Amino acid sequence: MEDRKSVALIIPSYIVAKGLETILDATGEFLVSENIYDCSRSGKARLRNIDPDIVVIDPAVLDFQGRKEGRMMIGELCDSVVLALEGPAVNDEILRQYDGSISLYDSPSALVRKLHNAIDSRQAEPFSDSGELSVREKEILVCVAQGMLNKEIADKFNISIYTVISHRKNITRKTGIKTVAGLTVYALLNNLIDIGSVQS
Amino acid sequence: MKEILTPDTVLSDMIDYDFGLLQVVSRIGLDLKYSGLRISDACAGSGIDPGTFLLICKVYSSDGFVPSKTEIASGNISDIIRYLHGSHLYYTGAALSSLEAFFDRLIAPCEEKRREVIRRFCTDYRDELVKHFAYEEEVVFPYIESLQSGKTVEGYSISSFEEHHDNVEEKLEDMKNIVMKYLPAECDNSGKIAVLLSIYHLQDDLRRHTYVENGILVPMVTNLESNGR
Repeated sequence: MEDRKSVALIIPSYIVAKGLETILDATGEFLVSENIYDCSRSGKARLRNIDPDIVVIDPAVLDFQGRKEGRMMIGELCDSVVLALEGPAVNDEILRQYDGSISLYDSPSALVRKLHNAIDSRQAEPFSDSGELSVREKEILVCVAQGMLNKEIADKFNISIYTVISHRKNITRKTGIKTVAGLTVYALLNNLIDIGSVQS
Repeated sequence: MKEILTPDTVLSDMIDYDFGLLQVVSRIGLDLKYSGLRISDACAGSGIDPGTFLLICKVYSSDGFVPSKTEIASGNISDIIRYLHGSHLYYTGAALSSLEAFFDRLIAPCEEKRREVIRRFCTDYRDELVKHFAYEEEVVFPYIESLQSGKTVEGYSISSFEEHHDNVEEKLEDMKNIVMKYLPAECDNSGKIAVLLSIYHLQDDLRRHTYVENGILVPMVTNLESNGR
């Protein structure tokens, strides 16, 4: 039992959650600890408490605005590997933020494989955590280098200023660079922007 | 070992003990022709208060040095300003020029576009440092001098002077990280090390310089301000 990876579900459909639970429990490798159903305040608190190895979330539980930030929101609660359930509520951009995704039509073996892949992708992260920026962080870095203000960046990506600030903190943590001038040099040296776009 | 920094030590012995203090000797304007004399006499020859000279030496020579109230009360403000001024000239002159020369050599093999970007970052840093010093030279020092001559100055106080250094410090820190981690592969390792040594040296020097300002000059002037009232 000890070796099983604990899985928490955030899936509003009882049928889907129960199905997933049955399949995963039968593998002997995973154990679904519970379904949190939604991302209410109590749901979030619960997630923080159980701190599972893996979370599978149906992004449909997040409202449209929050969907893009869902992965980050969970990241603030626990350090789990997070997979999204594919469906009409998600597009590729959203899926990219997750460590992996599963489909309703996956076979049991495909499910297990996808969970393993997601865990492996996270284990590669200590390296990426020391330097590699995420796609969204790169987008925000480009805006910062071009001299955009936090408010302008928030509007452009339809996210909150708080989220922008938190991305910027992560960018600084990963790169070790604090000032706008320094970030601009970083962006240019990494070919994220062209020198023409920052003439000041 | 601390007892080396006393008025009775021969200046050349002090320099032998910690050659880093040569920069203090130079910036405060102590003439090396006096290096065979005791510090008290060497200072007298150059018209400098030995206690104040030694106070600055202690900031440079021992990490985490905190001056006593007596040291602050007996220090000579004009000598501190003389030192700070000499220090500004050193940073904007020799220190930055050699850093920039090392940088130029390091990035010489890079393509033109990248050279331009890196050079601009260095120029920005220089501009910021110059601007920062100009504020001290044109606003802070004249303010202190008029306080010393007994005039009251309205609308300014030394308390608004602190904290200024943050951004200057951050840019240097960024420069360090860029050189260490993000320069293109064509920049060679020994060139990076030369630049890094130069940055670390400047960074340490600037921190001590800042301490002389915030930990010595500011309390001295605060005393002066309250005496005037």
